[in-house]
Amino acid sequence: MSKKKEIDDRFKKFGTVSFTSVTKVNDFINHLEQGKVMGTRCTNCERVYFPPRADCYYCLSSDVEWFEVEGVGKLITYSKLKYAPVGFENDLPYCIAVLDYGDYKVFGRIASEIPEEEIQLGMEMVTTANKLPNGQLNYVFKKP
Amino acid sequence: MEEYMEKIAIIGVGQSKFVRGYPGSIRELAFEGFKEALEDAQIPVEDIDASIVCSAPEYDKQRSPSGVFAEYLGLTPQPTFYLESLCSSTSMGLRMAYSLIKSGLHDIVAVVGFQKMSEISSAESQERMGRGADIQWESPFGTMMPAYYAMFAKAHMEKYGTTLEDMALVRVKSATYGQINDKALFRKPVAAENFIDPNHFMSGPVSSPLRVGDCCANADGSSSLIVASEEKAKALSKKPVWILGLGAASASVNMSGRDQFTGLAVAQEAARQAYEMARIEPRHIDVAEVHDCFTISEILAYEDLGFAYRGEGKNLVKNKETYKEGVIPVNVDGGLLSKGHPIGATGGSQIRTIVLQLRDEAGEMQVDDPQIGLIHNIGGVGLYGTVTILGRQ
Repeated sequence: MSKKKEIDDRFKKFGTVSFTSVTKVNDFINHLEQGKVMGTRCTNCERVYFPPRADCYYCLSSDVEWFEVEGVGKLITYSKLKYAPVGFENDLPYCIAVLDYGDYKVFGRIASEIPEEEIQLGMEMVTTANKLPNGQLNYVFKKP
Repeated sequence: MEEYMEKIAIIGVGQSKFVRGYPGSIRELAFEGFKEALEDAQIPVEDIDASIVCSAPEYDKQRSPSGVFAEYLGLTPQPTFYLESLCSSTSMGLRMAYSLIKSGLHDIVAVVGFQKMSEISSAESQERMGRGADIQWESPFGTMMPAYYAMFAKAHMEKYGTTLEDMALVRVKSATYGQINDKALFRKPVAAENFIDPNHFMSGPVSSPLRVGDCCANADGSSSLIVASEEKAKALSKKPVWILGLGAASASVNMSGRDQFTGLAVAQEAARQAYEMARIEPRHIDVAEVHDCFTISEILAYEDLGFAYRGEGKNLVKNKETYKEGVIPVNVDGGLLSKGHPIGATGGSQIRTIVLQLRDEAGEMQVDDPQIGLIHNIGGVGLYGTVTILGRQ
């Protein structure tokens, strides 16, 4: 009798709609569940990667460790969407944005409770794990 | 002594009308642009040694369209293959045709670009377009092309004081020429006031700061280029247009890997390569086609290509320097904003326009006696970029 192989598809929990289910950095989801947004660092050359990568292109090592996205990043740019792709209509309106942490940048969403009038480029923000109404997980940028 | 470099020419160009809801299948759509290119080149189809079919996948059901087209266009049993780099697919196809001919493998190559986007809804199409970005880390946040370019617009406005009015002026210029291009989808006049009239559809918000009028529209269309070796071009063509410079580059798909939001690194790098290969500078360009998928994209292109200093792109359109009579006419065929943007056909349409300009055959759109033209074609959100320089000599 053949034994059905279990698929580790934790990544399907990422975002309102996930387009990926299996990745070598599936632990990202467990960290999110624990309230942590994490990237990876190559243990060999110490390059940091966000979004996290399983492989370091520089030294070809797959020996990476997790680090937490901590402290404040600067808001480089953002846009508020009035239309959404299929599957995201219920989230409207929402802002996508990029935060600069110096060693790395983070692309994500600005927390929906922050009114657009209070959003200024250059402002400091923090990256926070977030649970979506449909039970999915993502992360959002908030005021520190 | 300098080594003689064999030149490569474009000897035929064609495109279908760009429309909404093309009443035919993709092979029939491809036929329209190809037929025009073949008639333009005045060669029999058997003379073509190989074909490269270019589009962005997933907008239609057909997988591997190159074999299907080769049969429909009469290009079998010659080799054919599919090439994609999103919205820059056809200009990347030209790069591939150049190398196939330069290598001596083939003498005449057809580049066939197409896209039929009307089989799916606009929201579905935005979702597929969004998947031309990082589906693992960005798409789950609900991204789409206008939102990405809106982030570049926001950063450019903040850093350089570019305004919503400046962006509207790009659309006004585009519409000026869309009206005289019978291949264009959008042929109505546009006034800057339309952008501040809450009752006008152009002013409707899409993704801040971009409005409906700042965005190009999906379309169905095809385009074709016939590319030939120097020997064949001289033997077969009365007005070959020569490829003087080719540049191409790529960048991080995820926005977190970008080091600038006020320009596109791929365009800057592709331009550097193309200018170097052609041994010319931006001031030598007489006419250009740039990838104005959004109004801000055209302003970024002016700066990335060296037509304007950083932050001063807006002045070119404000001072009408990029109009037909200006110092550097840009998108005098209406650009993507007026023609519509059938992704895989767009690059070929841009190249066609410059070829016609250099042959003095652009009709009402013709600029005064251009010698050198440039095409800037971007795939995704500056994920891929090509710059192509063409000349009469």
